Amino acid sequence: MLIEYVGVKEINGSLIVMDGVTGVSNEEIVDIKLDNGTVRQGRVVQIEGERIVVQVFEGTRNISLSNTKTVLTGHPMEQPLSPEIIGRVLDGAGRPIDGLGEIFPEKRANINGTPINPVSRVYPTNYINTGISTIDTLMTLIRGQKLPIFSGSGMKHNDLAVQIVRQAKISGANANNFCVVFAAMGVQKDVAEYFRKSFEDSGVLSRVVMLLNLSNDPIIERTLTPRCALTIAEYLAFELDMHVLVIMTDMTSYAEALREFSSSKGEIPGRKGYPGYLYSDLASLYERAGMIKGHSGSVTQIPILTMPNDDITHPIPDLTGYITEGQITLDRTLQGQGFYPPVSVLPSLSRLMKDGIGEGFTRADHQPLANQLFASYAKVIDARSLASVIGEEELSPIDKKYIEFGKLFEGRFVNQGFNENRSIEESLDLGWELLSTLPRSELDRVDDELLDKFYNPQN
Amino acid sequence: MENNVIYGINGPVVTVQGPTDFEMMEMVYVGKDNLVGEIIGITSELTTIQVYEETTGLKPGDPIRGTGAPMNVLLGPGIIDNIFDGIERPLKAIEEQSGAFISRGSQVNSLDDTRLWNVTLKVKVGDTVKGGQIYATLPETPIIEHRLMVPPAISGKITMVKPDGEYKLFDVIATVEDDLGNQHNLTLCQKWPIRTSRPIADRLSTSVPLITGQRVIDTMFPVAKGGAAAIPGGFGTGKTMTQHQLAKWCDADIIVYVGCGERGNEMSQVLEEFSELIDPKSNRPMTDRTVLIANTSNMPVAAREASIYTGITLAEYYRDMGYHVAIMADSTSRWAEALREISGRLEEMPAEEGFPAYLPSRLAEFYERAGRVDTLSGSQGSVTIIGAVSPQGSDFSEPVTQNTKRFTRCFWALDKSLAYARHYPAINWMDSYSEYFNDIDPWFIENTGEDFVEYRNRISALLQEESSLMEIVKLIGADVLPDDQKLVIEIARVIRVGFLQQNAFHADDTFVPLEKQKLMMKVILHLYDKSKEIIAESIPISKITELGLFEKLNKMKYDIPNNRLEMFDDYIDDINNKLSTIM
Repeated sequence: MLIEYVGVKEINGSLIVMDGVTGVSNEEIVDIKLDNGTVRQGRVVQIEGERIVVQVFEGTRNISLSNTKTVLTGHPMEQPLSPEIIGRVLDGAGRPIDGLGEIFPEKRANINGTPINPVSRVYPTNYINTGISTIDTLMTLIRGQKLPIFSGSGMKHNDLAVQIVRQAKISGANANNFCVVFAAMGVQKDVAEYFRKSFEDSGVLSRVVMLLNLSNDPIIERTLTPRCALTIAEYLAFELDMHVLVIMTDMTSYAEALREFSSSKGEIPGRKGYPGYLYSDLASLYERAGMIKGHSGSVTQIPILTMPNDDITHPIPDLTGYITEGQITLDRTLQGQGFYPPVSVLPSLSRLMKDGIGEGFTRADHQPLANQLFASYAKVIDARSLASVIGEEELSPIDKKYIEFGKLFEGRFVNQGFNENRSIEESLDLGWELLSTLPRSELDRVDDELLDKFYNPQN
Repeated sequence: MENNVIYGINGPVVTVQGPTDFEMMEMVYVGKDNLVGEIIGITSELTTIQVYEETTGLKPGDPIRGTGAPMNVLLGPGIIDNIFDGIERPLKAIEEQSGAFISRGSQVNSLDDTRLWNVTLKVKVGDTVKGGQIYATLPETPIIEHRLMVPPAISGKITMVKPDGEYKLFDVIATVEDDLGNQHNLTLCQKWPIRTSRPIADRLSTSVPLITGQRVIDTMFPVAKGGAAAIPGGFGTGKTMTQHQLAKWCDADIIVYVGCGERGNEMSQVLEEFSELIDPKSNRPMTDRTVLIANTSNMPVAAREASIYTGITLAEYYRDMGYHVAIMADSTSRWAEALREISGRLEEMPAEEGFPAYLPSRLAEFYERAGRVDTLSGSQGSVTIIGAVSPQGSDFSEPVTQNTKRFTRCFWALDKSLAYARHYPAINWMDSYSEYFNDIDPWFIENTGEDFVEYRNRISALLQEESSLMEIVKLIGADVLPDDQKLVIEIARVIRVGFLQQNAFHADDTFVPLEKQKLMMKVILHLYDKSKEIIAESIPISKITELGLFEKLNKMKYDIPNNRLEMFDDYIDDINNKLSTIM
């Protein structure tokens, strides 16, 4: 029996408070019918006896104290799932908006998911070849990893994400079991369109599920978008055994939506006004990447976030970095010098890299080479800061060599074309070629055996 | 039976209206799924419960059942080589029950109660026993003997003893009659509340170091057995890596590894690596001495708060048997954030950065459970705490780092710029400290010789000197320094690259015995002393650097295997010979 509750008691931001409600469960979804015929959805976020607080996804505009009829649906927020979902375009709450009709669900799943049991996880060791030298050599992406791109407004993170999708070769994946779930949160229409067009150009559009919560869409819906996307990704990976790449952009908008919701609920704020549970909340998204025993599929995440004011210590990149398995950091100075992709090598990292490279995966010299490149490039930065004080002319001969190496490294190794797809061998060989411009005695991270084989200053 | 039902729900916090007979910190079952919770506040109008599982779907009116006892863990054989969540539920058993995703309200026994253990009884009828006394032993793993102890509150005469043989967890193998004539059954297990520390006979001084095989820790910043150390560092600086290295190589008998609010893939890595790694001392897999507690960041936040206490209680239980236990908590900041999150739900008045005002006292309670002790059973044991701290924004002035500093005596500060240059372990030698030197130096002098301490002091003086010289170099370049100062910079570079930097993936370098650490220091200082003599003769330093000795020492950690320490003599000879050519 459905009971309609007429009217609300309080309206505050995106929240409405109702009284006298019985039989309601926590996190339950409610349908709110307005007198003008529109129907909105909301979620129960707090219960106190018969008084409940409901978060309205579409916002509370036009709602008055008396013009609504509310019905409890009896279930938490669920995402309809079916194999036909691939290739569809959905709104931020997982409802189709491409005019192709409803999804006929084979099953429905709670969008909050449940945590993967740590003992059921498979430790990811298969690398993904992205064809980008910096990423493949120095911060290798691993299947089942969550590797965010830390960027800033106006930087080329979208291009980089598109290039990764286009060039990514996952071992064991082919056109039949590879797909992309793309979640746009608070991005502009033309950015979403850019992604759609790029997917089309590279021929993967039919294998993409797009969830679009654009910048003018309701903010509360935005807090659902990544959850719907990941529920779809988990279904595709762990029930249909597909390799799923999830791109979520922009996590900063998501966190801001969360802050807005939190403050309208009157919660005690943590750092910079973000709710105290921001870490747990982000973790409940990022931790849904991985592989599990008994299934060949995988969920790999590339969240993109624009660091406010390029500040890596801002709570959003900070907490993200503590959860994700490394990060790809972009740098404005490199972009200013015209280098693409502007990957800032030193603060970038892939934690899962060490077990997915080397003999049997890429090449035996990969790890020592990467260590040496990092160490040598760190010295370039030291030499540059010295040069900025005493002038390049006054540097010692060895520091001058480092300055030279730095130019080559940025100009040839970091810099590569948007359409340039470098094989892992090409990237590694290029690394050795550049290291060979330094004196052999400076290469203290590689042993003599490798140096004999690869160190060749004649090149 | 009291009829308690849910009144309000807000995230993981559930309230009950009206007066109840629950006790503070009592463990309760919430709702129809029997979710585990704990009473955290009582007034005459409202009782507040913190629920350790996802509260989606709970309804007002759902029942709440009390257990009459505080949140406790089951202690007995089967803990080692197991992996638990934050409230001691075995994750493997949960996997069998509900598959790869953790469902709510999983009712599984903490320990396997069907497995038979080969028990040897140590008491006979008529013996007087007191709390903490060992009444039976059994082999828990091939290297760990599990000693069953009379629960601390029980003492009296043994009135019944079963013969040696195979028993299950809940089998009664002895009974004790106390002074009042009450009978107490002794099984293979007992319960203990996680927030109460287990009693001891006496605390001992922390005079023995925990040997880790990591050069920067053992020589520069050692921690004592029974001490507490903090590893703060921003993301990507290698906290987890350092914790893993310590868990693998430190010379504790038992390791409790608490993954508190960290990554799931990391825990599966630990599981995989530890079962493959062979402990060189016992020739058994590392898992034979390891307990894992995995409450990953997406598992319920309240259980994350409890996981630290669960871990330390398990550690204390094995300490009481007379073992040296090391507990790695990764990361205590996540635990502090769980406190903050729950405190926020309770609408408590926040102190610094939104953390509750009781954060320092909670941290102190936790770290004070470390210590080297005389146990009630008359043996000696210790619990060493190594807590990782993840400072927000890599800023060490934030409340968790600052308060942790107050309660730990060893501080291994991880440095972002070292990590960027891939200098691991990225422990900054200028910011880190250990206050245990006075306590454990006598041990070093006795076991490694007078010179170990002397070398260490000279090494750290050289690093200190380098650091002040680098201030000048940063301003005007290295060329203007006189040769003797250039030598300091060169030798400090050898200390940094050749000695402090350690390769966790290299077969020999991942664990280095103290003797090799000492000889490495000796060779480095020998080169320094000899070169200094030469420079005093006005021979330019470039002559020395051309000899390739510095490079050779940088690589000696790889070139000299851990079992061929006599090779160091060749190094000394080589230095003498080469340097004599330019004299």
